[in-house]
Amino acid sequence: MPPLALYIHWPFCLAKCPYCDFNSHVRERIDAAGFIAALRAELAFEGARLGRRPLGSIFFGGGTPSLMAPADVAALIADARRVFAPRDDLEITLEANPTSVEAGKLADFRAAGVNRLSLGVQSLDPAALAFLGRRHSAGQAIAALESARRIFPRLSFDLIYARPGQTLPAWRAELRAALALAADHLSLYQLTIEPGTAFATAHARGEIVLPEGEEAAALYEATGAEAAGAGLLPYEVSNYARPGAESRHNLAYWRYGDYAGIGPGAHGRLTLRGEIVATRRHRAPEIWAERVGRFGHGSVAETPLSPLERGREMLLMGLRLAEGLDPAGFARRTGRPLAEAIDAEILRQAEAAGYLAWEGGRLVALPAGRLRLDALLAALCR
Amino acid sequence: MILADSGAESPYPSRMTDTALRHIRNFAIIAHIDHGKSTLADRLIEATGALSNREMTEQVLDTMEIERERGITIKAQTVRLSYKARDGETYALNLMDTPGHVDFAYEVSRSLAACEGSLLVVDASQGVEAQTLANVYQAIEAGHEIVPVLNKIDLPAAEPERVRRQIEDVIGLDTSDAVLISAKTGHNIAGVLEAIVTRLPPPQGDPEAPLKALLVDSWYDAYLGVVILVRVKDGRLARGQKIRMMATGAVHVIEQTGVFSPRMVAAADLGPGEIGYITAGIKTVADCRIGDTITEDRRPAEAPLPGFKPSVPVVWCGLYPVDADDFEKLRESLGRLRLNDASFHYEPETSAALGFGFRCGFLGLLHLEIVQERLAREFGLDLIATAPSVVYRIHRTNGQVADLHNPADMPDGSVIDKIEEPWIKATIMVPDEYLGAVLHLCNERRGQQVDLTYVGNRAMAVYRLPLNEVVFDFYDRLKSVSRGYASFDYQMDGYAESDLVRISILVNAEPVDALAFIAHRSAAETRGRAICQRLKDLIPKQLFKIAIQAAIGGRVIARETIGALAKDVTAKCYGGDISRKRKLLEKQKEGKKRMRQFGKVEIPQSAFLAALKTG
Ligand SMILES: Nc1nc2c(ncn2[C@@H]2O[C@H](COP(=O)(O)OP(=O)(O)O)[C@@H](O)[C@H]2O)c(=O)[nH]1
Ligand SMILES: C[S@@+](CC[C@H](N)C(=O)[O-])C[C@H]1O[C@@H](n2cnc3c(N)ncnc32)[C@H](O)[C@@H]1O
Ligand code: SF4
Repeated sequence: MPPLALYIHWPFCLAKCPYCDFNSHVRERIDAAGFIAALRAELAFEGARLGRRPLGSIFFGGGTPSLMAPADVAALIADARRVFAPRDDLEITLEANPTSVEAGKLADFRAAGVNRLSLGVQSLDPAALAFLGRRHSAGQAIAALESARRIFPRLSFDLIYARPGQTLPAWRAELRAALALAADHLSLYQLTIEPGTAFATAHARGEIVLPEGEEAAALYEATGAEAAGAGLLPYEVSNYARPGAESRHNLAYWRYGDYAGIGPGAHGRLTLRGEIVATRRHRAPEIWAERVGRFGHGSVAETPLSPLERGREMLLMGLRLAEGLDPAGFARRTGRPLAEAIDAEILRQAEAAGYLAWEGGRLVALPAGRLRLDALLAALCR
Repeated sequence: MILADSGAESPYPSRMTDTALRHIRNFAIIAHIDHGKSTLADRLIEATGALSNREMTEQVLDTMEIERERGITIKAQTVRLSYKARDGETYALNLMDTPGHVDFAYEVSRSLAACEGSLLVVDASQGVEAQTLANVYQAIEAGHEIVPVLNKIDLPAAEPERVRRQIEDVIGLDTSDAVLISAKTGHNIAGVLEAIVTRLPPPQGDPEAPLKALLVDSWYDAYLGVVILVRVKDGRLARGQKIRMMATGAVHVIEQTGVFSPRMVAAADLGPGEIGYITAGIKTVADCRIGDTITEDRRPAEAPLPGFKPSVPVVWCGLYPVDADDFEKLRESLGRLRLNDASFHYEPETSAALGFGFRCGFLGLLHLEIVQERLAREFGLDLIATAPSVVYRIHRTNGQVADLHNPADMPDGSVIDKIEEPWIKATIMVPDEYLGAVLHLCNERRGQQVDLTYVGNRAMAVYRLPLNEVVFDFYDRLKSVSRGYASFDYQMDGYAESDLVRISILVNAEPVDALAFIAHRSAAETRGRAICQRLKDLIPKQLFKIAIQAAIGGRVIARETIGALAKDVTAKCYGGDISRKRKLLEKQKEGKKRMRQFGKVEIPQSAFLAALKTG
């Protein structure tokens, strides 16, 4: 079994971005000590039931985990190292926002053990940053990147593109500027409208119109071309890395390995007693903390997945990866032969159409297939 | 039916029904939908104490769930009310509730034939509607005495004087004695009861003559078997008697006779003028033809009562299970439905597109919808229905004549001498401002105007229309062009030769039998094009290009192409929440389950019906 990945969720932000549907909350005051204690309790809880499994990665996500105190991050890392069996090359990522509040803490996070920083830059265009409701300027983002590059051995940042009115040349220019800032990893997401966000309302009213279909596809294709020009390859639909610099933590998700998720709203997939169990924590931070206090964990659902569900999940994630799926690994992990999990006739048609192919014994989505992966998966999956 | 709760257990004989003829009144209530028929019936039941308050639920007579929901009556029902009139005598009033919809016109005529009079209920704030007219004419044909009742006079918008004049102008009934009531508040219900006794004639009949009883309706009861609703004309019906159905010749022995009060109450026998029920160990309603005459086997009547007509379905469509494994369940369910509804027909059919199913015949579109709904609701069946078709009459060059129920079965043009199609005579009432649109619609549907008159500011248009043009979406279109203000009624009006062609729909060059349809040659191209366009929207993009064509014989008259799967990138951050994405996928798959694989193309089941909707 591949090593375990550990996800730790910090649910607080300085402000709610209008596009964001992550489990993030804005609070006047935060009982940091209480939340850290609860996170440590959940870590102990997972450790107790999983045993000293090899640990490959830790990811502090959010919300805005860069708002945590570096000492607390250090304590959680120390706990994880003690409870699990960390690999020598343990990858520890922290998501950070490039506001002034956080920028000053980067060195302390590094000292706490974080060895990979993921910076939420989102855009280098001031107008776009304003539209996205970000509380930092392009200048601040660039400054944060510069200092992060000096402090952390590995660095990634996020951009959101396919924004309303964004033209192909404008995006190419913005992306080229971003690539020049020389990270070895980039997450390039297309803006999506998520239900329940401020953008969803504006979108429903017709105030926000996104590039779709061919237009969005052209932006996507340009993104791949620009990134490749800078030596970053799309190892997953929206993640680009210099070979070797891929995020090990995210690969654990896409390869459908085991990951433990602690903190409010965190999801996990854990092999327990020979089954794969989907775990889910209560989303509301205070209720979650209260439950941890009472039960030792804030889990609200622990659902064993059937081979059918496992198959669907692994297919869903695996075909997003450039490396695709290996049938033997698929059958081992899901308990279902790949040939049974997919519709043979659709596969044949998809191969003929140049959407899917077998490469080195693995099933992979070709570029044309990636452009229509969701619809393709719906047809392909049994 | 649900009201049957006593039957076998009740002390027997519980009571005699030998009411003198002069103390009986048999009557129906005719009304346009929503004019207050059910409310009035409830008030009458209440006022005569036929049910205790506790038993009194709103609208006692509509019993089937679907009937309740749609506010329509499908089966004839009856209730016997005991009323002590102002003259001091006690009368038995038999209220016959009739189906109100044109699909069941024949059933209505049999119910009316069981009565001597009718209450014509008209909403005083609305006035006369098309359905009122159709029913009132039937009542007049049945020789009824008719008492006009103006309902809803409690409403500020009520205009009893205007409606009175309208009834006189349009129907020619004297309204000087019309009874003004509010069924809702109960105002003047006594006036209605008195009018029934004093103005409607008592039945006539000879208790000593050979038995003649009209079979009004029948239904299947899980405990009693088939229950038959009868009206005795001459002679008597009694337990142990051997009866004969004059149309079918079937002989049965009566097990029980009784009346509805409105619950079933056993009675020793039923004499002339009585309305009641019998049971006779009959297994299926198909043996009990509505309108048949029941006589005594030992001493049969010389001639049956007039007007018997076997029921003939006018609209047919294919019903297929969504899940092929449900075929047997569908067969069983259809059988169970037919136990209680002899007017509905079915025969096995196979379709290349849809697999194994049944071709089903109905009295009309409403009947079709009701059966489909019952199959879904009561039997939990998920069905695909093909577009409804009327019954064409094919005359072959060799002189053979045959009915065609399924467009897919249409023979090759070279062996057809001529084709006839059924026509209807439609009565449409509509406010003046929508008349233009309605006439346009009728003309568009090959209608021939028979009459156009005005009733106040409402126009009454009588049109002859091919049933084929009405069967599909005429009601919907009529509603929309008149903003819901038009009312519509029709009767069958014979067959006529017509220049009809079959249009096949081809998906990737393969004909989809379930989408074939028949249309007049003049409309073929427009309809073909409209359907191709519709299918283009209804069939989701697939991995490859799809060609959709409409053709007459080998000649393609319309063509559309559906492009391959569109580009739809989802480069988004997912994190560890895979369940959400999986559920999304499962929802997409759920949608796909409702598709039919056709060759390589998947067609959503909704397309089979929706494709043919025009306009
Ligand atoms: N205001 C008023 N409403 C009535 C009266 N009679 C019936 N209604 C209402 O009219 C609607 C249709 O009545 P219903 O008896 O169901 O009509 P049916 O379709 O002819 O059986 C219902 O909402 C009744 O409550 C009446 O006398 N006055
Ligand atoms: C957990 S989130 C946010 C991390 C951090 N709090 C921040 O805002 O930078 C991770 C990434 O998801 C992306 N994201 C969030 N909502 C999105 C949306 N509606 N459409 C596209 N990308 C989105 C953003 O790029 C964001 O950096
Ligand atoms: S995008 Fe990041 S900073 Fe903005 S609300 Fe979401 S998690 Fe918080």
